[in-house]
Amino acid sequence: MQTKEELITTLKTIVKPYVQDEQAFEHVTEETDFIRDLKINSANLVDIALDVEEAYDIEIDNESMEKMLTVGAAIEIIQEKLAAK
Amino acid sequence: MRNRVVITGLGVVSPNGVGVPAFLEAIKAGQSGITFRQELANLKFSCQIGGIPPVTEAHKQQYFTELQRRGLNSSGIIYGVMAGMEAWQHAGLPAAGDPAATNEPDWDSGIIFGTGILSVDKFRESIYKVDEGQVRRLGSTVVLQIMTSGVSAYLTGMTGCGNQISANSSACATGTEALLLAYERIASGSAKRMLAGSCSDHGPYIWGGFDAMRVLPYQYNDAPERASRPLSATASGFVPGSGAGALVLESLESALERKATIYAEVLGGHMNSGGQRAGGTMTAPNPVAVKKCIETALKQTGVRAEEVDVIDGHLTATVKDPAEVTAWCEALQRQGPDFPYINSLKAMVGHCLSAAGSIECVASVLELYNGFIYPSVNSEDIHPDIIARIDAGRIPRQSIQKEITIVAKANFGFGDVNACVLLKKFQS
Repeated sequence: MQTKEELITTLKTIVKPYVQDEQAFEHVTEETDFIRDLKINSANLVDIALDVEEAYDIEIDNESMEKMLTVGAAIEIIQEKLAAK
Repeated sequence: MRNRVVITGLGVVSPNGVGVPAFLEAIKAGQSGITFRQELANLKFSCQIGGIPPVTEAHKQQYFTELQRRGLNSSGIIYGVMAGMEAWQHAGLPAAGDPAATNEPDWDSGIIFGTGILSVDKFRESIYKVDEGQVRRLGSTVVLQIMTSGVSAYLTGMTGCGNQISANSSACATGTEALLLAYERIASGSAKRMLAGSCSDHGPYIWGGFDAMRVLPYQYNDAPERASRPLSATASGFVPGSGAGALVLESLESALERKATIYAEVLGGHMNSGGQRAGGTMTAPNPVAVKKCIETALKQTGVRAEEVDVIDGHLTATVKDPAEVTAWCEALQRQGPDFPYINSLKAMVGHCLSAAGSIECVASVLELYNGFIYPSVNSEDIHPDIIARIDAGRIPRQSIQKEITIVAKANFGFGDVNACVLLKKFQS
């Protein structure tokens, strides 16, 4: 399994096309909020979830998707789904 | 008091030219945009030709951000947004990202951008996913693309318009109707500027139904440029087309205040329906209604029949062309050598369906502004019922350089709906 740092790097690549605040994107931490900090359109969160599913061959259920609002939360969900595989 | 309304911006994505400069050159030269489409041949269409604007990846990159291009699978939205933004910028109005753009919506500007059906390719893509039980994998872009108001919605974000934003639909009269709805909103004082236009997707899922109705020509698959033959004795159906046209309408006061270039004045017009009575059906116009629509447009704008210099017809190249000419003769009480010039853009670009009215209105405005009449190509063998009513010389075979003052533009659509607008060379 990828380390947390590797996961963040991959996640950043996935998220990049949807980011509207490039400056905040330069300084992503686990606390970074997709909508509030990166100014991602809330409708695009489903697209990010789909791209994550494809990248890791996992399925993100509705409940997890609702929690997936920050970089840290996304990493946790990915780790959890990968562990359950 | 009603406001005078003028046109201050034009945009067009046409099978024979993308952007106003290319389109102007093409229509002056009588250049066809109809080509053979292998895809239609593979799908066993009778009619294997069509009019598709030569839009490139560079065009898409110019008008859509990388994010907007993700999952974008809609020729109608691409054409509509390109034409709409060209018209907006042509009018000298600020787009998102321009230094002059503010964070405040432009409360005085609105959008009416019509279509017949939008993003059929995107719809097809999602139907497959839904039927495979993959609804959760549709992503966020389906609704925004397949809603009828999709183009208006995209354009709103790009322009910041904050007045009425809507999408009209009246089959092949959609574009002319959009212009008249926009005109009305400005004339009545509810808006200062309106971006009016319409678009049509291209492709087999749009055109298949017409092929099945046997209203498209099948004899010209090896000679696409000769296939669309409005006014001709050998007219054998309309060639399917696609694209978009857009016009910025503005109160004269606002245009003068901004020192905008004025391309023409919109005098107004009329819209009606034949009620599918007295010869009118779902697919054929009631000739009394067509005549009445033109007569009422003249009456409401105060234009005398003898003042009309050019008729930009609906003229699709079907058996209905002679009936349309008869309606014009009767409505204007003019015939033979006294008949106005008459032409049909469809001879060059095909019938662009819900986009037709807008693309043709752009052509008419270009004629008024630049002082020419574009040729109605493929009409060398004029239909006998037409030649019995008007002189052959009234149908231009070559471009005519000539100052013209008034163009009457009409479009008629399935459902038995009509729209007629009168456009005038601008004189302060």
